Amino acid sequence: MKTIVIGVIGADVHAVGNKIIEYTLTKEGFNVVNVGVLSSQEDFINAAIETSASLIMVSSLYGHGELDCRGMREKCEESGLDNILLYVGGNIVVGKQDFTEVEKRFKEMGFNRVYPPGVKIEDVIDTIREDLGGI
Amino acid sequence: MKTYLLVDFGSTFTKLTAVDLEKEEIIATAKAITTVEKDITLGYKKALSRLIDKIGYEIKFDKITACSSAAGGLKMVAIGLVDELTTEAARRVCLGAGAKVELVLSHNINHHEVDQIKEKNIDIILLAGGANGGNKECVIHNAKQLAKSDIKAPIVFAGNKDATDEIEEILAAANKEFYICENVMPRLNVLNITSAKDQIKDIFVKNIIEAKGIKKVEKLVDEVVLPTPNAVLMAAELLSTGFGGEEGLGDLMLADVGGATTDIYSLSSGLPTQMNAILSGLEEPFAKRTVEGDLGMRYSSLGILQSFTASELSYWKTQNVDIELEANKRHDDIEFISSTDEDYIADDIFAGKCIDVATSRHVGTLKGVYTPMGVMYYQVGKDLTQTNYFIGTGGVVISSKDPVAILKNGTKMASKPMELRPHNPEYLLDKTYVLSAMGLLSMDYPEIALRIMKKYMVKL
Repeated sequence: MKTIVIGVIGADVHAVGNKIIEYTLTKEGFNVVNVGVLSSQEDFINAAIETSASLIMVSSLYGHGELDCRGMREKCEESGLDNILLYVGGNIVVGKQDFTEVEKRFKEMGFNRVYPPGVKIEDVIDTIREDLGGI
Repeated sequence: MKTYLLVDFGSTFTKLTAVDLEKEEIIATAKAITTVEKDITLGYKKALSRLIDKIGYEIKFDKITACSSAAGGLKMVAIGLVDELTTEAARRVCLGAGAKVELVLSHNINHHEVDQIKEKNIDIILLAGGANGGNKECVIHNAKQLAKSDIKAPIVFAGNKDATDEIEEILAAANKEFYICENVMPRLNVLNITSAKDQIKDIFVKNIIEAKGIKKVEKLVDEVVLPTPNAVLMAAELLSTGFGGEEGLGDLMLADVGGATTDIYSLSSGLPTQMNAILSGLEEPFAKRTVEGDLGMRYSSLGILQSFTASELSYWKTQNVDIELEANKRHDDIEFISSTDEDYIADDIFAGKCIDVATSRHVGTLKGVYTPMGVMYYQVGKDLTQTNYFIGTGGVVISSKDPVAILKNGTKMASKPMELRPHNPEYLLDKTYVLSAMGLLSMDYPEIALRIMKKYMVKL
């Protein structure tokens, strides 16, 4: 069973979507490790190391996602998580920005998948399976 | 009359407590210097004859049972993966089992670290790493490193259960003494102390006391059953939670200032007491013990000196106390016994500092974070603000003229607003050193042990 670490990054306390993601991914047969709200990059990374996770899925709803996620890929590499997948989704930037630009910026930061507001977790399941080696 | 003799083989003193179980009182106590280097029975016999002298007649005890921290106590190394997770969980298991954690290692251990384990004469190795179903490469690497070495100490494996079969093969092939336990952190941030702790206690009773030359006292006493700090932790837990119809005291903290270490115990769930705090990090045990090896009244008095700021040192100078001189005096002569008023004043200052610094390291802390919903706080560690009782023990606290002044150093301080220290506890003194003895007695008679503790704790 593949392990996915989920949580809400930074000073963000939006808990509802986090619970929905946990519920859905668990139902879909993943081992979900939820670090919860108000989580730092280290919280995600430490959890991923101990649980041998294949994917870290970062949520951010309060607009500071770009600041909170910066340097996360480098920190993963520093911690020995060379091949870990990084997803990010939610209201990850301030205001209404062109999403292709936003996606580009986050991909440059080392995120493998970047999702705009309104994407449901159910819509992403197939992509996750594909990324995790077609399970 | 049914009587028990409870013995504590300490690093310095062998302490005897004779208890009358029917009257539920302490008949007498006595102590003598521990003689584990030569023959542990000598000190015991001396203490026993002092006890008999005090009582005035020979007693045939129904049972004699002992705990020990003699010959260096129980020295352990805690090995885990991530510092804040399985490594910390392993460390807490060692402390909860009453051990001195001599070494804490994380991630893949190297040859130098293996050498350190050898040099430190470790009694038991606790090997953890990985949540169940999680990382097993690291713990397997570490098992191989231990297998390759000529380390003789028993190894307790309490890591990722998925690695168990391989670990068993590796350690068995190398003829190591090893034990398999439940994972100390089965899931992220979940702490599982009991299985590994009980195993450590078993090994202590079966092997360690023998290796340390303590076992031969079992000709004279029925059994040596626990490391002393474990007995104290059991007593404190009983005193806090109560037993059957006999009520406990609720949440409490205990500070034990010794010659080499300062131990702090807290008995409390430590959950947040304020609305806007969010608990973060590894789960905390209800019965928590921390040990500070750099804070002690004799062997470790130079460590206390380090904790004073330059301005504090200069303040005490104006009060005619030369902290530096006094710390060195105690360190250079560990048998130093305070006799003058100046000695006692310096003792009180040092003990206060020990409790202050050790409490800072024991209690949880808050860290503010500004969110769109206002200020929130991360709480890391235990919230002990609502603790009902703060108990003092250890020679320096017991013999002080003003123990409350010392113990107050463990409570709320304006200069440390983010530490979750007790706000307004009642102070108690373990005047007759009953705690370790009652921890031992509680194994057979918890209710009586509890009532005796409540009777002999002195309200300050």
